[in-house]
Parts: sequence; C-alpha cells; structure tokens
Amino acid sequence: MALLQISEPGMSTAPHQHKLAVGIDLGTTNSLVASVRSGVAETLADEQARTLLPSVVHYAPDQAPLVGADAVPYQATDPDNTISSIKRVLGRALTDIQAQDHWYQFAPNNDSVPRIKTAKGALSAVEISADILSALKTRAEQTLGDQLTGAVITVPAYFDDAQRQATKDAAKLAGLNVFRLLNEPTAAAIAYGLDQAAEGVIAVFDLGGGTFDISILRLRKGVFEVLATGGDSALGGDDFDAAISHWAVQQLPPALQSDRATLRQISLQARQAKEQLTQQPAVDLKLSQELTVELTLATFEQLIEPLLKKTLIACRRALRDADMRQQDIAEVVMVGGSTRVPRVREVVAEFFQKPLHTEIDPDRVVAIGAAIQADVLAGNKPGDEMLLLDVIPLSLGIETMGGLVEKIIHRNTTIPVARAQEFTTYKDGQTAMRVHVLQGERELVSDCRSLATFDLTGLPPLVAGAARIKVTFQIDADGLLNVSAEELNTGVSAKIEVQPSYGLSDSAIEAMLQASMQHAEQDMLQRSLREEQVEADRVVEALDSALAKDGQQLLSAAELSVITQARDALITIRQSTDQAQHIQDAIKQLEQVSEEYVARRMNQSVRSMVQGRKLEELQD
Amino acid sequence: MSISLTESAADRVRNFLAQRGKGVGVRLGVKTTGCSGMAYTIEFADQVDDGDEVFEQRGVKVIINPKSLVYLDGTELDFAKEGLNEGFKFNNPNEKDRCGCGESFTV
Repeated sequence: MALLQISEPGMSTAPHQHKLAVGIDLGTTNSLVASVRSGVAETLADEQARTLLPSVVHYAPDQAPLVGADAVPYQATDPDNTISSIKRVLGRALTDIQAQDHWYQFAPNNDSVPRIKTAKGALSAVEISADILSALKTRAEQTLGDQLTGAVITVPAYFDDAQRQATKDAAKLAGLNVFRLLNEPTAAAIAYGLDQAAEGVIAVFDLGGGTFDISILRLRKGVFEVLATGGDSALGGDDFDAAISHWAVQQLPPALQSDRATLRQISLQARQAKEQLTQQPAVDLKLSQELTVELTLATFEQLIEPLLKKTLIACRRALRDADMRQQDIAEVVMVGGSTRVPRVREVVAEFFQKPLHTEIDPDRVVAIGAAIQADVLAGNKPGDEMLLLDVIPLSLGIETMGGLVEKIIHRNTTIPVARAQEFTTYKDGQTAMRVHVLQGERELVSDCRSLATFDLTGLPPLVAGAARIKVTFQIDADGLLNVSAEELNTGVSAKIEVQPSYGLSDSAIEAMLQASMQHAEQDMLQRSLREEQVEADRVVEALDSALAKDGQQLLSAAELSVITQARDALITIRQSTDQAQHIQDAIKQLEQVSEEYVARRMNQSVRSMVQGRKLEELQD
Repeated sequence: MSISLTESAADRVRNFLAQRGKGVGVRLGVKTTGCSGMAYTIEFADQVDDGDEVFEQRGVKVIINPKSLVYLDGTELDFAKEGLNEGFKFNNPNEKDRCGCGESFTV
C-alpha cells in the first residue's frame, strides 16, 4: 500500500492529491533536492544514500545523458563531452564567457546564447542545467512516491534577470513547476528559522567548492531585503586543495616535481587530507613510493590563510556597501562544504564577533530552506504561516530623451510589484515611441544594462507633450519582468515580456552597484546637464518651427536678428559647455528676447480663430 | 478496542514530534473519499478533543476519533521503506479490499 506522511492538523489531502513539493539547490559544483515529510525537511538521497549530486553531465551519442557521480569519471576520459560548472554559463552571453578562461568548445551560432559542442549536438546551458534538474526530479518522485506539485529553486542573490529567467527555463524544460525562485542566502536563513524573528540583519557566509559569496540580508516585517552581496566567483574549497598540492610538490625532489603521474596522485590526496584535517591534527601524504610527508593542521591553516584573508576583505566590503558595522549583524549563517574547515569558522566568528549558525549540514542548508518554503507554497501549512517576500536586486527603468534612465521600480522593492508612470512625446506629430528597458543604478543609459526594447506605434499625431503614455512595469514573484506601454487617449498599446539578452556577470552586477555609489554625484551633475541639453533642443526646435511659419510676418528684420542671435548663442553653449547652469541661462535669455514674438503669435492665432465668425458663435 | 504501533513507527513519530517542537501525539483517522470509498489520514495532534480515544504505547499517544475507530480497531501502524520511498503504513484487519494504489480501502 501507499506509504503515508504525517500532515499538519486538518491538512490531510485526498488520495492521489498529495501536494508534494521540493526545494532544489542547483549548485555550481553539487546540486541537492530536499522535501518536507512528516513535518521535517530533509535532503533526499539516491539508492546509494548519496544526497549530493555532482553538477556534472556526460553526453554520449544515442544514450541518455549521465548525471552526477556516474558522469564524474568521464571528466578525465572524455572531457569534451563531460560538462561541469555549467551554472557559471547559465544566462550569460557568449561575449561574457569568452572573457573568462573556459575550457568548453563553444559552437558557432547566430543568436547570443552560447552553445557547447557535445556528442549530443550543440547544447545551451539551459538544456544542460535541465538535465541536472531532471535527475533531481526523478530522484524526488521515486522517494516521495508520486508526481511533484512544484519546486522552489535557489539562485545566488546577485543573479540578474537573465540568469533567473534561464534558471526558470531550465526547470520548465525538466518538467518542473516552479513555485518560485529563492535567493540562496535567504533559503539558508529560512532553514535556521531566522524568518520567524521580527527583524534583524543577517550575514550569510557561503564558501563552496569553487565560489565564495557573502550576503548581508535585512529581515523586516517578514521580508528579506538583500542589502549587499560580494564574494569571489573563483575562490573555494578547490583552492584549499590546490594550496595543499602546491605545498606537497615543493617537498618533492626536483626531478619528480614535473612528473605528471606523481602530480595527479598528489592532487587526489590533497582533498582527502583537507577533509581528514577537520577531525585530526595531522595527516600523512604519500608523495611517492619512497617519500611520505606529514601535513599538520597548523601548516594547513598557514597555507589557506591568504585565501581566508580574501574572504574577510569581501566581508568587510559587503558590510561597507550595506552601510553596516560588525556589531549590527544579529546572526551569521555558514553555508557551503568548505565552512567545515575549523579555521574558516574561527576567522569568521572572530570577524563578526558572534557565534555562528553551523548546526545544519552546510552542504544541505540551502536545499532545506528551499524545501520549507516549497512546503508553504504548496499549501501544506495552515493558513497563518507567513509567505516570504523577496526584493529585486537592481533598479529597472526606461530610457528617456537625452540618454537618461528614468527608474520605474527601485532596487530592493519587494516583489511581486507593479508600478506605472506616465510619459509623453517629445516632438510634434510624433507617432511612435521606442521603449528601452534598462536595469541598473546609474543615471545614464550607457552605464546601465539594456534588457529589451519595443516600439509603441500608431500614436495619434499630436503636439509634443500632449500624448499620455502610461508605461507599466510588472514583476512576478520570481523577479521576472513584464513591461507594457499604453497611450491613454487612444488605447493603443504594446508590451513585452523581458526576454533578456543573457549577458551580465555577477561581478558586473557588483561593479554596477558599486559604480552607482561612487558616481552618484557625478551622475546627478551629468543628469541635469543632459536634461538642460534636451530642453535646449526642444526650445530651439519649437522656435524654428514657429519662425518658419510666421517669423517673417510678425517680426521686423531687427527683431528677428535679436532672436536668431540668442538662438545661435544657445546652440553654441549647448554644444560646448558641461555646466547645466550655462545652458539654463542661455535658454532664459532666448525666452526673454522672444517674449514679445510669442505674445504676438498668441494674438495672431486668437484673431485667426475669431475672424469671420459671429459673436454668438464664439460664446459657447 | 485497540490500536498498536510497531517500534519503528513509534521511533519515527517521537522523532518527528520532537523536531516539530509541539504536539501531544499523532491522530489517525479515516476519510470517506478515494477510489475505494475510504482513505487513511495521519496528522500531528496539538490537542485531545472531547470523546477522542487515546492509546498510549512506546511513549507515543495515538489519538482517534470514535467514528474512525470503528474502521481502525485492531490496526497496527508501521513505518516501512519501499525502494527510495518511506512512510507510514496501516495494517488494518478490517480492510476487505483496496484500490490498486493502496491509498483507499473498503471495509
């Protein structure tokens, strides 16, 4: 018969309607799946009781892809068809990746999505990630005994729209219903039940196999806000192993130092040595038939000290970005297998001057938090359980005249959210408008990231400024964006679901955030300069079109020349100065000398309206 | 009238209750639903209601509403593993027939 789990009081489901939900930690090195059963969140193991699924996929012709531990041996024998660390590529453009030193063969293609050449054809990162998710889904369905209702998948806090969309696409491809994406540090905080507290600032220190992330979160009224993220996308436990290997090689006689078999042998032992040193004060490394050396804990700690320093520098920077001091941090959560190294815990505890949360297995804590969230979202908890909210990492806005960005949704706004703002046309008779969607904190388009563009056409030809175009930004619970634009007089509308151009690295996001802080003042100056330039262009354009119509009739040659001089002066200043004030003065000057002309035009147009009509016709 | 638990079922229930941090025991029941007419339910119990029958065994309180007890009398609650899947199982002598999936039954 079917095997049952204990439900919360009153939450029993009908047969075949179990609301099975899982949390998935899709990691760079390892992935996990977890679920809440009988009220307890636990990671799900395979037949051999392994919970970690190495994020490695091997492709062979005419065979289903091999995922996880089964694929790992092929890394040595068939490296071209064995893909690891695909998360580093997910949601990125080819141009971003080529900057990194990657060893995959990318297939040439027309679109901007990079494809990796394998025995199964050219595969995108989304497809490869889907194979990993698919393996986890199968494991979960076998373990839970039925089909899944949905999943919560975790992503790094710094993942941008493109990377989140790619993660969601991969899940869809794997046949998973994504309840939502959840930031990894937030998931870790949930696993420790920190979301039950009223408020507080939480630091999440995540040192994995190949990546290091530090996140500063603030919990306020049940909402986790990402105050700052930082880290190093090329720092992790693998570097600890490398440090050991490097040290061991130096103990070898020079003749052996470049012997490949010996070197491989040493690097295999390095990882084991690191793991054993969490339990014992020294280990023996067998470097060759004749030579065995002892690696003491003290030496090991010395070897990794420079790496630990790097993590603390990132912590300090993240604190500064978050505008927090060590003593403001209420809780510190440790995530990632490398935080098992006792020295790592020591330095982090010392840095934050706090006891650390290390009770939950640091490899599993993110998946467990995701599972708890998935359980709530599937509706297995009584109604009073609060739903966790998240925030967007970077501001979103549109381009306005002069290459400026008008922010519509600011960063750290809780999602889901919808915001609208009205815009208008810039030129007389303008019948179309291009909506350019941007992400970033800076004031100029060139400093932000372009997400999408679309055109709103069929606007009624009106004078500049008369059209009313409402632009609406809508972000769903996963942080994905829909933009629509509507002309309110006519109802003409257009919209776009942001199909991101896949290309912004995590370091680029950090750089964007930092740049916005460093350049805040300069940006404001530049913004007001641009605004005045746009205004100058508008004034000149309006004047020119008026002069062309009736300048000759309404103005004497002398008057015309005064106005033209002021107009030319404005154009010269607009081109040459970098001071907004100068342009503003020139505009004022031009407005002053043309005041009389504007008045005459008004009279003229009133007269032309009235001419030839009877008084009573005008009275209503 | 009696309900019993196997040692492994009692172990699990104690463990789950401890991790949950609250609750007086586990409530077993029968729902009229499913392809064979009735289905078992198992829930955490935060309280014992008036009229509930309580069977205490191996340090675990099993709480049952009298209406359900009619169908469950003599049942042994077990905890079993089948492949990767694991969970609770009702060994009910009153059961005459089950649907193929085993999630619902008739008496």
